[in-house]
Amino acid sequence: MAASTETKSVSGTMAELKKQGKVAFIPFLVACDPDAATTVKALQKLDELGADVIEMGFPYSDPLADGPTIQAAATRALQKGTTMDKVLDVVRQASATIRAPIVMFTYYNPIMARGLDKFCRQAKEAGASGLLVPDIPLEETPEIRAVASQHGLELVLLTTPTTPQPRMRAIAESSQGFVYLVSLTGVTGMRGSMESRVEGLIKQLQSVTDKSVCVGFGVSGPEQAQQIKAWGAEGVICGSALVKALGESGSPDEGLKRMAELASSLRAVI
Amino acid sequence: MPVSCTAAPPQPKVQRPDKTGRYGQFGGRYVPETLILALDELTAAYEEAINDPAFQAELDHLLKHYVGRESPLYHAERLSERYRRPDGSRPEIYLKREDLNHTGAHKINNSLGQALLCKRMGKKRIIAETGAGQHGVATATVCARAGLECVVYMGEKDMERQALNVFRMRLLGAEVRPVTSGTRTLKDATSEAIRDWVTNVESTHYILGSVAGPHPFPMMVRDFHACIGRETRRQAQEAWGGKPDILVACVGGGSNAMGLFHEFVDDADVRLIGVEAGGEGIDTDKHAATLTLGRPGVLHGSYSLLIQDEEGQVVDPHSISADAEALQAFQDLSRLEGIIPALETSHALAFLDKLCPTVPDGTRIVVNCSGRGDKDVMNAANYLPHLSGGSTQ
Repeated sequence: MAASTETKSVSGTMAELKKQGKVAFIPFLVACDPDAATTVKALQKLDELGADVIEMGFPYSDPLADGPTIQAAATRALQKGTTMDKVLDVVRQASATIRAPIVMFTYYNPIMARGLDKFCRQAKEAGASGLLVPDIPLEETPEIRAVASQHGLELVLLTTPTTPQPRMRAIAESSQGFVYLVSLTGVTGMRGSMESRVEGLIKQLQSVTDKSVCVGFGVSGPEQAQQIKAWGAEGVICGSALVKALGESGSPDEGLKRMAELASSLRAVI
Repeated sequence: MPVSCTAAPPQPKVQRPDKTGRYGQFGGRYVPETLILALDELTAAYEEAINDPAFQAELDHLLKHYVGRESPLYHAERLSERYRRPDGSRPEIYLKREDLNHTGAHKINNSLGQALLCKRMGKKRIIAETGAGQHGVATATVCARAGLECVVYMGEKDMERQALNVFRMRLLGAEVRPVTSGTRTLKDATSEAIRDWVTNVESTHYILGSVAGPHPFPMMVRDFHACIGRETRRQAQEAWGGKPDILVACVGGGSNAMGLFHEFVDDADVRLIGVEAGGEGIDTDKHAATLTLGRPGVLHGSYSLLIQDEEGQVVDPHSISADAEALQAFQDLSRLEGIIPALETSHALAFLDKLCPTVPDGTRIVVNCSGRGDKDVMNAANYLPHLSGGSTQ
């Protein structure tokens, strides 16, 4: 196994892409759905297909920011006995063999249960590069960022259509790696189209930060990805559609195949 | 229901929310960023409303003429007599009759206050979560009166158990949305309500029914129920020229206990006892003793105590419907006082068996009779087959 401590930073990856004038493709998967081995293969496949950063979702009993697809995937994973240790194992196995940095996406309670310091240390040891916690507001981030930074994890923050301008600026300043722009008021999940106000939100954010602006929530296929790119975003995040393809296709092999097809079609237009 | 008592700290430090919404280490706001603006707006609107005499006057008027406040402080003579000891001494038990409120429980105090606030904020749509259905019914009721659209999230399992309340909510014009995810009970109904709020935050107000959720909800829910304790103080003064010695309330989401206790937190000579549902025992996993056995964690937007596993996955509190001692208290109050209490309330009443033998003669105990038990009779009938059916045996 290659040394997983080799630093692949999210910010470094994003800066490099920006220099080359490329837009980042950032897929999200729920760990251990349908199973651990398939998740490792899926991460490797996404990397091979050109994913620039990968978000690894930790399955949680009460995912407030997630729609039905990711809730269902998390429930399936938990029913199979998925634990934080198993997810860290998946990250360890995958990170050693892939180029894309991994961002751990987890709600706050599982982090607290393990202990913030221990969690960050173990995530870093497993080879993760970043952390995203969807249920902590800006006010709670200084403590978490301090500990994450100590262990070399970058903390990615989210801004949304309801975030007032001064707060958006503060979030952009504090966010590490990139700034996650939530495209809609709502939970994760596939939507038919992108709200046109997203274009303005991208521009607004770019006027206050040099960091890459990546757009997520509601991206279900290449049309929306293309739209987001055309609006000038520096990254496109796709979760539910890939999670569904991987986890709801009948068998792990079929799931991998469908996920790869969707990922290729997204990569092709980004 | 094995009883386990956790003593309060000797000199409890009263913790009221600071400007970040924290009560000591607890509280706060752990929600997706989308909701932060709405919570800021709600906090501002609430501060503005409670400082406006016109708002308070409208609320007071409706509490009197619509809800039927004040609720009586009733001396339960036969219940008190039951606890008479061989030496002739006995405690004096009083019931704070929240069951006599419109819709049959304390819940409407909060729903009414928040609905008035919602109208003031210019929002037209209300969402709520409900477990047994009392908060859902109270919210559907005030929405009907205020002409607000109302959507209530309710776990599929709870809908089966509480069909009567589902019907009441629909009759009142509310839409009841079954929640089929996770445990299909209150925990997931609350998550689903929050997801709706994240989605429709610009048009919708969320009326949370427990002392839970992100700031300012715990503070608002406490304040809108604080009339229970304020009335109790005044009524005690009128009835016997003093204070109660002990206050007893059941604790699930905490709203009725907080409503009764808040007024007395600074009174060192008034003992406050919250009773949680022990279910099959707190050494089993079938209980709802969140505060007794929970560990600190974040759920539904605040830092509190949760029943959770080692991994931080949240475990659902056990259904309280099968608790033998609560069922006994449910029957006892019905027969001794002609008052059918809610099963939740019955947990507080059941605790009198443990408490009464330990208190001096004449100790005045006020139990919050938080709701009436009509909603529970179908459920209770399953456990009391000798009372149901057409058989004359």
